[in-house]
Formats: sequence, C-alpha cells, structure tokens
Amino acid sequence: MDAAFLGLATVVIGVGGCLGYFYFSNLFLDKVLYPASGPNAGHNINRANQIRPWLFLFPAVFALAVYLGYPVFETLRLSLTDRDQGGAFVGLANYNQMLSEPKFWEAMRNNMLWLIVVPACSTGFGLLVAQLTDRIAWGSIAKSIIFMPMAISFVGASVIFKLIYDTRPAGQDQIGVLNAVWMGFEGGFGSVLFLKAFPILILLSFAAVVAYVAWLIWRSGRTTSPLMWIVKAAIVIFVAWLVILSLGSILGVTRADLPYGEPQTWLTLPFYNNFFLMVVLIWIQTGFAMVILSAALRGIPEETVEAAIVDGANPLQVFFKIKVPQILPTIVVVWTTITLVVLKVFDIVFAMTNGQWQTQVLANYMFDKLFRANDWGVGSASAIVIMLLVSPILVWNVWNARKEMK
Amino acid sequence: MDNIAGSKPTLTWAVHISVLALVCLWLFPTVGLLVSSFRTGDQISTSGWWNALGTADQNVVMRVADPDENRVAEGDMFVVEGNIFDGEIQGATILVWGTSSRAIDAYQAGETAELKGTETLTVATDGTYTWKGSDDEISGRGQRVFASITAPPEFTFENYDAMLFDPANNEGMTKAFFNTLTVTIPATIIPIVIAAFAAYALAWMDFPGRALLIAIVVGLLVVPLQLALIPLLKLHLGIGIGKGYLGVWLAHTGFGLPLAIYLLRNYMVGLPRDIIENAKVDGASDFQIFTKIILPLSFPALASFAIFQFLWTWNDLLVAKVFLIDASGQTTVMTNQITELLGTRGGNWEILATAAFVSIAVPLVVFFAMQRYLVRGLLAGSVK
Repeated sequence: MDAAFLGLATVVIGVGGCLGYFYFSNLFLDKVLYPASGPNAGHNINRANQIRPWLFLFPAVFALAVYLGYPVFETLRLSLTDRDQGGAFVGLANYNQMLSEPKFWEAMRNNMLWLIVVPACSTGFGLLVAQLTDRIAWGSIAKSIIFMPMAISFVGASVIFKLIYDTRPAGQDQIGVLNAVWMGFEGGFGSVLFLKAFPILILLSFAAVVAYVAWLIWRSGRTTSPLMWIVKAAIVIFVAWLVILSLGSILGVTRADLPYGEPQTWLTLPFYNNFFLMVVLIWIQTGFAMVILSAALRGIPEETVEAAIVDGANPLQVFFKIKVPQILPTIVVVWTTITLVVLKVFDIVFAMTNGQWQTQVLANYMFDKLFRANDWGVGSASAIVIMLLVSPILVWNVWNARKEMK
Repeated sequence: MDNIAGSKPTLTWAVHISVLALVCLWLFPTVGLLVSSFRTGDQISTSGWWNALGTADQNVVMRVADPDENRVAEGDMFVVEGNIFDGEIQGATILVWGTSSRAIDAYQAGETAELKGTETLTVATDGTYTWKGSDDEISGRGQRVFASITAPPEFTFENYDAMLFDPANNEGMTKAFFNTLTVTIPATIIPIVIAAFAAYALAWMDFPGRALLIAIVVGLLVVPLQLALIPLLKLHLGIGIGKGYLGVWLAHTGFGLPLAIYLLRNYMVGLPRDIIENAKVDGASDFQIFTKIILPLSFPALASFAIFQFLWTWNDLLVAKVFLIDASGQTTVMTNQITELLGTRGGNWEILATAAFVSIAVPLVVFFAMQRYLVRGLLAGSVK
C-alpha cells in the first residue's frame, strides 16, 4: 500500500509539477523577463514568442534526449568497450565474439524466419477478415473478437498457448488441444488430407500471394531512378527465394514420415517449435492488421468497385485487381509496423522456451547476455544489430513523414 | 455494391461460415484458459477443458465410509450404508463399477458384488451403497470402489480464492496486482501531460527547427527500447534512483513520449485554425488557448494514447524486469510473477490459468469499454 500511496503522490506531484512548470515559466516569461508593457512592449512580445515554444517543448525534448537519444550513442560506445577491463576500448572485439557464437546465428536465422512468417500471416489473415466482415451484419462483433488478443499481454498469451501445446504421456487423456487433435490422426485418409494436402495448399497459396505482391510492386510507379530499380530488384530476388523455399517445403511435406499416435512435445521440436511460437504473435497481431486494413477497404471509392462489377468482374477479381492495389500503401504500413514488433519480440520467447531448443531470437539473446551473462559489451553489440535491422524502416518512415508535411 | 456477395446465396453462406470459423479459432485459446481457471487441478490434469463444458464420462476411485465408525449391527452381520460420492461430486451417475482397478466394469450400477466370504457390496446408480459382511470383514479401512461415472460440468472459484484472497499464499497475485497498478497509473498520466504541451508547440507554434523536431520524433518512434536498457540502468544507478518505481515511471514516460507526441500532434494539427486565431485576437495567451481550447478538443486523441500506454505498461515485462524488480522480490509485477510461475509451477495449470486470467482481465475490460478510441488511435498512429 506504501507503493500505491507513493504512486498517487507521484501522479499528483508529476502532473502538478508539469502544469506548474508550464504555468509559471510562461508567467515568468511574460511578466518578468519580457513584460508586454513599457517602452519595449512590441519587441518584448516578439522575443517572448520566440522563446515560448521551447518552454512548451523543454520537458519532452529533455526526456526524449535522455531516454532515447543518449542511449543510442551510449550503447554504441558500450558495444566497443569491455566491462571487465574497466570499460577499456576494445574495438570490434565484442562484435567478433558475437559473430563467432552459434547461438547468435541461431537467433539471426530465427529472427529472419519470424520476419517473413509473422508479418505475412498477420497481414494476410487481417486482410482476409477485413474483407469477409466488410459486408456482413455481425461483422463488427467478429472484428471485435479477433481484435481482442491485442489487449492480452505477450506473457498472458504465452500461458494460453502453453496450455494448447501441453503434452501428457501416451495412454493418458491429452489436455492440450494440439495433442488431442494430433492423437486423432492415424495415418488414414483424413490424416493425408489435413497433414499433407492442406499444408501443401497453404504453402502454394503463400508462394502465389508473395509472387503476386512482388509483381504488383514491380509494376507500381513509373520511377526510373536507379535506386528504385535496385530496391525493386532486391525485392524480386527475395521473393524468388521465398517461392523456391516454399516449393522446397512442399517436397519436404510430401516425403515426411509422421509419427502418428505419439503425443508430441511441440515446443521442443527443433525448427518447427519456432512456428508454434510465431502462432502466438500472429494471433495477437492479426487484429491490428485487420483494423487498419478494414478502414482502408472502407476508404476505397465505391465507383471503382462498381465499374469493375459492371464490366463483369467476379468477386475474386474485384478483390485482387481493384481493392488490393488501391490499399497497397496501407498494406505496406501494416507490414512494416508488424515487422517492428517482430524485431523486438522478447516476452513470448522468454516465457515459453527462453531460447532453448533452438528458438533463440535477437531480443532474448540480448537479454541473456546483458542480465544473465552480465556481458554488457556483447549485449550492446546485439542491441546495435537490432537497431541496424530497424534503421531501414526508420529512414523510410522519416522520409515519408517529411514528404507528407511539405 | 451488395450484390457482390448478395447475388449468390452460396457465397454469402461461405462468407458467414468462414468468418464464424475464424472467430471461433481466435476465441478458442482464451476460452480454454478461462474455463481451466474455474476447474480444480485434478480436473485439468486428467481431462481436456473442452470436456468440462458438457457432462463427461470419467473414471474415479472412491472409498466407502470408515467401517469402524459407521457400521451398524444387523443380526450377526454388520452394514455400512451411505453415498459413495460423499457430497464431493454433485449430480453424478454411476455407469459401471468394480472393486479392482483392473476390472472397473465388473458390475453394472445397482448390481450386488459378492466379495470374499459373506461380504457383499451394492452400488446404485446415484451412488448409494450397502456394504455388508461379518464383523471381521467390515473393519479396517473402507472398501475401495472404482467407477466409471457421468458427471455434470463442475466449476469452482477455489483457484481465484487461493490466488487473490489467501494472505498465506506467497504465490498469490494480490501484491503483484497492486504493484502493476502502481506502475501503470503514473506511467500513463505523466507522459500525456508532457506530450500534450510539446504536441501543441509542434502543431501550432512557429519556430525554426520545427520540421526537424517532428522528423526526430517520427524516427524515435521506431527506436527499439532494447537499446536503452543498459545505458539507462547505468544512469539510474549512477544518479541514485536505482531500481524502483521512480525508475520504471521515468522509463515508461520516456519510451511512451514519441508515440504520444506523434498522435497528439497529428490530431491537434487537424483542429480548426479559426478557433485558435479568434482566441488569440481576443487576447488569450498560448497557455490559455492550450488549456481552455486545445486540451478539451483533443480528448479523443488523449484517450487513444492513454489506452495504448495503459495496455503497454500493464502488459510490459522487459522494462519492469530491468528498471523495477530487484532481488527482494517485493516489487514484482504480474507479468513477471507469471513467468516465474511458469518456471516453478509449469504443470499446475489451475495456478497458471488463474494467475494469467487475473492479469488479463483488466486490459480486457478496458479494451471492450474503450475499443472505439483504441481503433482511432491505431488508425492515426500507424505512420502513413
């Protein structure tokens, strides 16, 4: 209760202090420093108005500088020093050490996997739900329910999904849904349908959608600047790699010999456990994608859709050829926003596997180094890696925001 | 427009069914946890939660009442009578039963089992039994009964009682709940005040460097807070704040500011210029314009950000772990307590489910009550 009282006092002091600061600093400026009366009234008012914005901005700018600006440079500095040697400058030694650790490369590989799968699935599901619920009467209730996981903490969601992935020894009733469903498969027709045909269908449609998006990006805009061509080419190469990857996985699925009838400990299956963790984030982020994309779909001019229908387009054509191209900028925004969340994902991995069984990701690797190994140098180096991965999005955002303001 | 789907009834049905399927898929995990939190540990670990919703068949082991205290003489025989469920399971019916775990279906309900010597046992469908035998046979411990029963759904508030209202339970969530609240409220309110003034300056005051500042705010919006952990912890330890509430409030304030400024500035820019200029002509100072006109008009944006910041600080684990929780464990927050329970009580789902639901409940209420503002904030906050 002491802490609660302290909290209340902090709210009162904090808010009162802020308001008091703003009020009295304005008063001081107007009455004492540059009074709006006397011989220099006009000059003084101008002077006061030049200073006033900074009075308003000072607390925010100060907090931003201390809590976000300074740490960026300090982390960079820390990543070049060694704590055990009293903070001596060691050049790139920390980076070298980090690059030689298999756990780091595991984290990088997993992070790349997360970066592809989670934004793609969340955006895809979000778009699907947004389109399906657009015209049905109870759409808003459906959206509300799919949006709900946004309010649930990553830790809470981890508990929820750990129950789903729970395993009991063979012979007992399974209490995890996934194992209960799994034990229902015996290798018959249903098993082939759901565990072979269905994944193949999903992989195929993933490849198709990715290729289609790449094609849209390739065609979009008639910019001739070499930079844009390079970006476009990079995207196309990346997509080609994704398509090859998914076709390879299809081959893998057809060949796989599944251990029917044995309960699986899902979170300890190397490689596949990553996907079981990703499901948690997809479950949370789909609602976000849906809300934004649903608003974008509503914003599409009706005439374009009507014209397409009059010309005899079927619903699929209307969706892919009329609607999707028009909301493509929003899709990109949603995609990048989820990408940012993915880069920082920590709680889910920390709570569910703590990076064991080859599920390490960068943010958890960093936490491990900082607070368990107490190695601030390598920890800071991995934080800088996260920053480097984020920076293209940072530049793109700033560039867009500036363009918009002009 | 409506004829896209409306012209084909099959298509409309397909849409309805697939939306329903998706909604169920999304709701299913949370419902599982909710249902589990109302079941006892034994129930959770022996059957899936989906079985708890309807009447379920289950196998149970029970014992008839203690013969030495309950037996009644009947001629030269002794009899123990009573109900095998002993009030523990309500409204259950026995399908088959037996006296050995290997032959659980040896007898139908109502049948009389001939045991050793003159000993007999009858168990009826509703659980009433008659155990009869000689002095020697009806003594010692009560006869065990293995039965296959059908029990109606049964839920209990025991878990919530234990996790919230039992002061002796040192794994209880009450302390963590109030700690979380203590972290959340100042960490939500203070950034709003600071950001609102800055946003007004960035939206309605003219000064050199404004565009640059806005660009910096947009840039800081995506800076991962992982970068800030060590330098800030060092700073806090260096200037004497140490690990504690003050540190976590300051950290949350700093990390929340970019979004707050961005959201509020975007909203304030859209307010009608006339109102502000008229007020200026009438002699209002910037401070008055801000408090009397801008703040009340910006309520929707303030509410949007407040919800974001509330959800984010309530659900946060990383910032609390780094800036708040010290070795004493007195300042643990709910998310941290749950991760610790996951480590120590990994199999005790009644504890985990209840703890998780206690921490989820408040954000869910806020979410459903203020969804409108959350959606608005999301739409304004994603950088276009």
